[in-house]
Amino acid sequence: MRTLAVAAAGLVLVTSLAACGEKPQVAGSSVKGQPAYLGTGVGPYTQAGWKAGDATSWEEQMRTRTQTGQNEYVRSGGN
Amino acid sequence: MARMKFICDAERCIECNGCVTACKAEHAVPWGVNRRRVVTLNDGVPGERSISVACMHCSDAPCMAVCPVDCFYRTEEGVVLHDKDTCIGCGYCSYACPFGAPQFPSAGTFGMRGKMDKCTFCAGGPEAHGSAAENEKYGRNRLAEGKLPACAEMCATKALLGGDGDVVADIFRVRVTTRNKGSEVWGWGTAYGKPSPGSAAPKATKS
Repeated sequence: MRTLAVAAAGLVLVTSLAACGEKPQVAGSSVKGQPAYLGTGVGPYTQAGWKAGDATSWEEQMRTRTQTGQNEYVRSGGN
Repeated sequence: MARMKFICDAERCIECNGCVTACKAEHAVPWGVNRRRVVTLNDGVPGERSISVACMHCSDAPCMAVCPVDCFYRTEEGVVLHDKDTCIGCGYCSYACPFGAPQFPSAGTFGMRGKMDKCTFCAGGPEAHGSAAENEKYGRNRLAEGKLPACAEMCATKALLGGDGDVVADIFRVRVTTRNKGSEVWGWGTAYGKPSPGSAAPKATKS
């Protein structure tokens, strides 16, 4: 009788706590990512000429890099 | 804030696949997954044209609309990214995307479809910028390093332009007006055809 009571108590304990170990499942992603202008914090790979955390300097860096790297009308002096 | 976009100049692309190689190398993209590829129109016919295609980071992205687990998000810079921890690999985005951008590794058991992989505009993922986790799942985060996508920067003929939409549009416009052609090869006219001479404009109807 005692064994049966212990087994029953164990069963109740297991079934009542079964969901406690599960990870929450929420549909949808709440991540939005960080803005790129915050930088990586990894110095050697970061391009010089702009300041991490400064959105304006990052935008200027992108604009300059696009024009000097991809617009040969600028690179060749307008010819 | 800048709105990052790609544009490919079909008059310049020489189908060298340098952009594809740059992307694969920069992000260690696995075998069988191509975030970027070169498509040739009228291959072998004189006058053939090639364009480099990847995720176009749509302003109204259909992949985002159909994803059942809402794993996509758009960054402040207008880049469409996704969270691989949330993706279930269902493939809906693949059917919705008009550019065939979403890719699925099939190296799992019984060729099971893995989590979706696509062009990130070299902007990484939701993990911390420059972290090992981000690098492993999404590849290099060049935007946060103050650089532009590797494919566009490696393009030998500068056919593939990538950067702030306003800036790349200005560059492309100068080219087209200078050489007096080019916009007709890849654009709305190619996708939807041009109105034949003398045809009446379609009447607006209520739907």
